[in-house]
Amino acid sequence: MKNRNAKPTPARLILEDGSVFEGFSFGYPRSRAGEVVFNTGMVGYPETMTDPSYLGQIVVFTYPLIGNYGVPPQQRDGGVHRHLESQKIQVQGIIVSDYSEDFSHWNARRSLQNWLYSQKIPALTGIDTRTLTRKLREAGTMLGKIEFEDQPVDFYDPNKENLVARVSTRKIRYYGEGNHTIVLVDCGEKENILRHLLQRNVRVIRVPWDYDFTQLEYDGVVISNGPGDPKMCRPTILHIRKAYQDEKPMFGICLGHQLMALAAGADTYKLKYGHRGQNQPVQASDTGKCYITSQNHGYAVDNKTLPDDWLVWFTNLNDGTNEGIRHQQKPFFSTQYHPEAAPGPVDTTFIFDEFVGQVIR
Amino acid sequence: MSEFPRKVLILGSAALKIGEAGEFDYSGSQAIKALKEEGVETILVNPNIATIQTSEDLADRVYFLPVNPYFVEKVIEKERPDGILLSFGGQTALNTGLTLAKSGVLEKYNVQVLGTPIQAIEDTEDRDRFVNRLKEIDALTPRSKAVSTVEEAVAYARELGYPVMIRIAFALGGLGSGVCRNERQLRQKASKAFSYTNQILIEEYLEGWKEIEYEVVRDRFDNCITVCNMENLDPLGIHTGESIVVAPSQTLTNREYHKLREIAIRVIRHLGIVGECNIQYALDPRSEDYRIIEVNARLSRSSALASKATGYPLAFVAAKLALGYGLHELPNSITRVTSAFFEPSLDYVVVKIPRWDLKKFRRVSRRIGSGMKSVGEVMAIGRSFEEALQKALRMVEIGAEGLIANTNLRFENLTREIKEPTEERIFAVAQALQEGMSIDRIHRLSHIDKWFLYKLNNIVRIGKALEQAGTDGLTEDLLRQAKQAGFSDKQIARLVGSDEASVRKLRWQYHLHPYIRQIDTLAAEFPAQTNYLYLSYHGMQHDVSPPAGQSVLILGSGAYRIGSSVEFDWCSVNAGKTLRDLGRKTIILNYNPETVSTDYDNSDLLIFDEITLESVLEVWQLMNPMGVIVSMGGQIPNNLALKLDAEGVRILGTAPRNIDRAEDRRKFSSLLDSLSIDQPEWKELTSVDAALDFANSVGYPVLVRPSYVLSGAAMAVASNDQELKRYLERAAQVSPEHPTVISKFLENAKEIEFDGVAQHGEIVAEAISEHVENAGVHSGDATLVLPPQRTYLETIRQVRAIAEKIARALQIHGPFNIQFIAKQNAVKVIECNLRASRSFPFVSKMLRHNFIDLATRVIMGEPVQPLQNSLFEMDYVGVKAPQFSFTRLEGADPTLGVEMASTGEVGCIGSDFEEAFLKALISVGFPHPEQIRTVLLSTGNIESKAELLESTRLLQTLGIKFYATKGTARFMKNNGIDAEILYWPLERKQPNTVDYIKAGKIDLVINIPKNYQEEELTNDYIIRRTAVDYNVPLITNRQLAMRFAEALYRKRLESLEIKSWDEYGR
Repeated sequence: MKNRNAKPTPARLILEDGSVFEGFSFGYPRSRAGEVVFNTGMVGYPETMTDPSYLGQIVVFTYPLIGNYGVPPQQRDGGVHRHLESQKIQVQGIIVSDYSEDFSHWNARRSLQNWLYSQKIPALTGIDTRTLTRKLREAGTMLGKIEFEDQPVDFYDPNKENLVARVSTRKIRYYGEGNHTIVLVDCGEKENILRHLLQRNVRVIRVPWDYDFTQLEYDGVVISNGPGDPKMCRPTILHIRKAYQDEKPMFGICLGHQLMALAAGADTYKLKYGHRGQNQPVQASDTGKCYITSQNHGYAVDNKTLPDDWLVWFTNLNDGTNEGIRHQQKPFFSTQYHPEAAPGPVDTTFIFDEFVGQVIR
Repeated sequence: MSEFPRKVLILGSAALKIGEAGEFDYSGSQAIKALKEEGVETILVNPNIATIQTSEDLADRVYFLPVNPYFVEKVIEKERPDGILLSFGGQTALNTGLTLAKSGVLEKYNVQVLGTPIQAIEDTEDRDRFVNRLKEIDALTPRSKAVSTVEEAVAYARELGYPVMIRIAFALGGLGSGVCRNERQLRQKASKAFSYTNQILIEEYLEGWKEIEYEVVRDRFDNCITVCNMENLDPLGIHTGESIVVAPSQTLTNREYHKLREIAIRVIRHLGIVGECNIQYALDPRSEDYRIIEVNARLSRSSALASKATGYPLAFVAAKLALGYGLHELPNSITRVTSAFFEPSLDYVVVKIPRWDLKKFRRVSRRIGSGMKSVGEVMAIGRSFEEALQKALRMVEIGAEGLIANTNLRFENLTREIKEPTEERIFAVAQALQEGMSIDRIHRLSHIDKWFLYKLNNIVRIGKALEQAGTDGLTEDLLRQAKQAGFSDKQIARLVGSDEASVRKLRWQYHLHPYIRQIDTLAAEFPAQTNYLYLSYHGMQHDVSPPAGQSVLILGSGAYRIGSSVEFDWCSVNAGKTLRDLGRKTIILNYNPETVSTDYDNSDLLIFDEITLESVLEVWQLMNPMGVIVSMGGQIPNNLALKLDAEGVRILGTAPRNIDRAEDRRKFSSLLDSLSIDQPEWKELTSVDAALDFANSVGYPVLVRPSYVLSGAAMAVASNDQELKRYLERAAQVSPEHPTVISKFLENAKEIEFDGVAQHGEIVAEAISEHVENAGVHSGDATLVLPPQRTYLETIRQVRAIAEKIARALQIHGPFNIQFIAKQNAVKVIECNLRASRSFPFVSKMLRHNFIDLATRVIMGEPVQPLQNSLFEMDYVGVKAPQFSFTRLEGADPTLGVEMASTGEVGCIGSDFEEAFLKALISVGFPHPEQIRTVLLSTGNIESKAELLESTRLLQTLGIKFYATKGTARFMKNNGIDAEILYWPLERKQPNTVDYIKAGKIDLVINIPKNYQEEELTNDYIIRRTAVDYNVPLITNRQLAMRFAEALYRKRLESLEIKSWDEYGR
């Protein structure tokens, strides 16, 4: 850890278009590359940074003041992380405008800087994140690297590799007790999906992304969120397709939603700069109701390719992109946004009620 | 879409007062715009004539009438609207609406309440109902219980755990309330309380809990959003209007933020609010426990702040929702490509700081707490907390250059200052940090979250680095660091031992300039169409480029304060409107979140930032306008004229040199002498001895007048040597850079107000009004009458002639105002301002001729048609009356003097003086004529007693019963008027004045002070103060008492006509 009075170490963010943003390091001083994306949430940096969907990405926080309330302890209840969304920081690095060296919160155990250090994650402060965000908005998501002097590093495109394989559980895990069993296909699940399921008194079997869960005894399936291009997850898509022949309730979130769409025969495409934040408005097609949702995705389902027995369930009010699909007859549905939130608004947790309700019925 | 109402009545909030200020001009104006856009006819009741919402081009019809059930019913009866909006005019409108609903008036005339239904409003207003409604959805409120014995109290306190709060039901001013930290204290306090009440409230004491607010919006389809949350830097216990507030919250985790957000939405749904509401929480700093403190089911000060902080037009949207729209059906007016159903994401931090004027009042308590005392507020935007905070501390204009390096703020007892806050606590915290007090200790004393203290400490640390660096060590890096932490050039100069100009020069050499940043509601996620901007030193490039074409920069009025309020916002907004009519691009620079001028649709560019030499110079360079208008925003921009001119900024309108000749008391007095214009004998202060000599030669009383001040700050009438010495000292502190002048104070003289517009020194429009009160009452506290009713023709002729001379001599080119005093046709000039004055909206609306439009055309060099109006052709009379907020200012002596004390004003129209006068007084809280059955008189010195005799006789014929203090009663008896004698407060005998006032036996108190001395007799003070504390109308001015008696004698309530503005033709 560096001494607070020591001169800050300068470092740079370099984008693939050649633009350079000069800042100061407040994380681990190691160069790292990834895909640069921006997140507009104003709270929740610990949750965001541990969300496996961000694997391979350098996250730019548009809210300038980061680190204010430190980092919560790494505690587990019944095998589930209490405060964080996975066991470690998943992002390649973070970029902020004004890192708060001092923190204050009853539940904080360490500073953000200390946490970054312990996990060897680089971070830059003093960056004009607004200008950077405008650039990403205009040019689209770009590759980039946090680079320290004398530590050259190559650009790295995480979408070319199967990121899901890297974050998924390697073995089958069992959680909770209950009369009903739900299979959670872990493509990089956020712990809050588990928490939500367990709160509703069900037993959860968490399986690796490529595990053929159809051979298990279960009452319902959740396909989790996860990083990268959904088309990398061929095995999962095949298993979902197989499960569609059954009529057990299935619920997909984010990447899980895209996988369910692909399994149904629809197509996905990459968005220019994705949706990452906590203020994304969606409207339900069945009730007309609107919700503010938490989102984190770079790919989307193409409505035009959706088969006839599926309908568009939710639509983004900002740009009209797909936010959820639902099978016309069978209990299959999915959302592009994150009803489990963490971070973000909890407007749509009722979907867990609906899902578990269907499972129990 | 349901069918729109055809015609909607909107209730305003009447005069600006503490607790209800300019924010309701903003919300009402937005509501009217929203309705007009849908083709709905709008009728507005609001006597606040200085507001934008009462402008000609907004509501279809405006009634300058009191916002109370009687008058509003009359308007309903006449206009027959089918809908009414209650939530845009503060508590005044809400209470009036509730009464009309309860009394069945709304039902009788078939008027539908739009937006939040009455029942939901009642749920939030009635404490018991509120608590029960929230209980239904498991939402927590502070635990409390009413108890009737000490034992019961002790038992409940045990259940709650100490400390507990003890509250006495129905006690005014928190009398007898307090914290009990153990059983002993509770027993003591409770038994004392039970000696004069039979029920007390025991409540859990949420000491040091964080105070958090959310602004929540719901449409009739049940869609909900929270537009913004805010965190108070000052923890629970200090009213949110008195707190430094930060948006968004800074110390809340994701779980806390979204937990409170979810509860907010649950509550708004359960209550059934349609539109906007504000919810206030206490949040435990040691867990996720919370309590809901209150819900305001209407637009509020906080919602205005949230609107400006986020760019989300809350009031506009709330009005559309009241018409039946859904949030998703409305566009986001900033991006114009997305919908209004979204939650703004901020990429900056906003700091609000209240503006207090407590030092203006005698005897007032300066402790801040659960009641509001502030009169205005400022909002600063930055990319770091330090940057925003220091900007805001300068904006409040109390002489601070930021958090540190202030010359006027030093504290002796830091522990007390931090523990028992006054309005200056933040500076005491800074001093404590500088002197090495630990953050832990400051936190224990103040309960301010340590995160804020760390940030304050950052500023202190940078300050120390600057001090160590000195001018030689002021490197580019250090300077940048200081600028990013919000230090001003002047502040840096003080720390390094230099001057503002040198620091600026160095900064420019380093090419250190602020960047223009855009507020776009979505943290740059979508391209924004609207130019709502601020400046920040954090950045690498500008978000926008200067506007194409020739633009004009208008400097706004800054924070509302006593003496500078909504009237200057009216002037700024109207100037902008005319400029746009003339095809000019307009840039407004202002930082007051309560204003209409800071609505981004009121100018081509809105820069929400400081109005100082430094910031205006930066804006001048960045935006490259053709010129700057300094005459519309009151004294702040006016004071910058000369300095800006010296830096090469082009000032539009009257030449800065001439502005200085009017503002500088010495230069102005010399000018009058050279023009042979009469003025009270005067002398510039050179030494105290010379001042004393002068005073004794012309004879007391004399008036002490500093230059370049507003609202008569530090102005005072001295009656003897001792007082004179004291006032001279104070004047030197207030305006050290400019001369102080002493002049003979003329007693029993009439005061006349001249508002005008001149073009190249020739007057093109004028309005002459008279004061009801004799000279000696500040013009802002005086009751103004247009056209003059009691002024000699010859006096008016002289006033005109003198104004012409002055306009020519100063080559006035734009708006101006001159104040005259007249005694038996001898007319003297006492003051002249070469800018728009407080009375411009009043005279413009009364004469139906917009002086600001005319002045703006003049300033821009457009040809204008001189206004040919004759005051004598008006067949109606306008009266502008002040609104005082003494009730809120615990302990303040409610008398009038040469330093202004009122917080707002109204302007009403009548067929004659008495009608307009009564409407105006009722508008500021006086009772209806028939409600006055008893009057308590103490009428001052013998001359005053004699003069009031006739008025007393008039009241006697109305059958009014008189109570009087001894001397006054004797005088009345000798003149054949019966009065029951009440003892002076300090005589402690029965029947006592104070007890009668408290018991509600007095309908009106007339208490005329005996002289101009500051140390009024304590007895008189207690009578006045008790009247104010118990909401009994009080008159302390002789002329006002006389006019009021005459009006009561001649008018009944029914004789006050219900006529809209446009029905008073000329």
